[in-house]
Amino acid sequence: MNLTLKIWRQENPEAKGRFEKYEISEISPDSSFLEMMDLLNEQLIKEGKDPVAYDHDCREGICGMCSLYINGRPHGPDSAVTTCQLHMRKFKDGETVTIEPWRAKPFPVLKDLIVDRSALDEIIQVGGYISVNTGGVPDANDIPIAKEKADLAMDAAACIGCGACVAACKNASAMLFVSAKVSQFALLPQGKTEAKDRVKAMVAKMDELGFGNCTNTYACEAECPKEIKVTNIARMNRQFFGAKVSG
Amino acid sequence: MGNKRFQSSLTKKFVMAFMGLFLITFLFVHLGINFLVLLPDTTAFNVAAHFMGTNPVIKVFEVILFGGFIIHIIYGLILQIQNWMARPNRYKIEGWSHTSPFSKFMIHTAAIIFIFLAIHLADFYFKAKLGHIGEVNIDGENIHDMAALVLAKFKIFGFVIGYIVAFVILGFHLHHGFQSAFQSLGLNNRTYTPFIKSLSTIISIVLALGFIVIPIAIYFGNF
Repeated sequence: MNLTLKIWRQENPEAKGRFEKYEISEISPDSSFLEMMDLLNEQLIKEGKDPVAYDHDCREGICGMCSLYINGRPHGPDSAVTTCQLHMRKFKDGETVTIEPWRAKPFPVLKDLIVDRSALDEIIQVGGYISVNTGGVPDANDIPIAKEKADLAMDAAACIGCGACVAACKNASAMLFVSAKVSQFALLPQGKTEAKDRVKAMVAKMDELGFGNCTNTYACEAECPKEIKVTNIARMNRQFFGAKVSG
Repeated sequence: MGNKRFQSSLTKKFVMAFMGLFLITFLFVHLGINFLVLLPDTTAFNVAAHFMGTNPVIKVFEVILFGGFIIHIIYGLILQIQNWMARPNRYKIEGWSHTSPFSKFMIHTAAIIFIFLAIHLADFYFKAKLGHIGEVNIDGENIHDMAALVLAKFKIFGFVIGYIVAFVILGFHLHHGFQSAFQSLGLNNRTYTPFIKSLSTIISIVLALGFIVIPIAIYFGNF
């Protein structure tokens, strides 16, 4: 496959940034998007140019490190996959592919396609945990949990915190991420103890960091590589109003 | 980075949703009264308009209604400005995610509805309040002849077209707004949400079409 790539280049957080065009040829349709990016970087290094900076780690779709806003969609044109699991066969030979970083005020660009997503970590730090006393390990089956609740909690816990929901949302809202993290605990008995404080603290931090407001457009759900559902957002809304009313 | 917000984003959305649903109930009342103008005898419409303009209980609701509109508009603006600020650098290519097209243009449809509302209030509501309307004697009492004003307005081609466009836009606004309000209030349920989404489509069509058929009937009919 031969492709024209239009890639966002930005030297540092303060730099203005611009798009640069690159031609790349003989790409296997079976290679992954990041393998294609690796080949581009090898080509750039051989030409004595600065390679394109982009985030990646596990390349198995589970770490949440890769990102990239490809042709107007986070993680590219395929559904329910991360960029590292995206195959080049999803593109047409000769296509122009535009690659941008996640764009949101709380996600400043560090270099080229790498953004600082530590805002999501800050939200986790204020409530995305349960407090457990140390001591003997309790029996796993001591607390009965309904299968349906356990399944919903597991589905919410599938969130890898990549930030695609923020990138996809026209308002740069982090509601899908926060609601998944709230739900995964709130649905289980172990998470109920701190549920009220958790939801209030995480929503307050989300607002404080400058994420946008949810307008129920659901681009987040459409683009989430882990198919996190917007029903989590409604659950978080319920939890939040309940916590506010009951104090 | 960031700042503490006076009210959380979720609370603002709650207020928006609640006020939005309240305003929809008002639209149904308004539509019901509007249909009376199509009756051969306009007395019922004039009496209803007089009742809405003078009844003390309705006067209290009028204040709540105006408050509802103002809060819905102000909160909508605050939320929208915060949303624009959350992405200071736009994407070069964006909006390719599979989503409801109506949901992406709520602020735009809202702006058109606001302009329509201002014109509408100037044409009817304030004219009635300032007494710039002819009177008709019903059961010994002189009341505003709102029917004559409405029938005259809906004989003007440009006015009818403007009215139709405004209500098509309102239909788009409500199509997303109604079902979205339930999500904002936290009412998303596997059983009821598909019903609420269908109801949202039905309500938006019924209200838009209901308001649109009246000027069309008057323009083409013998009124």
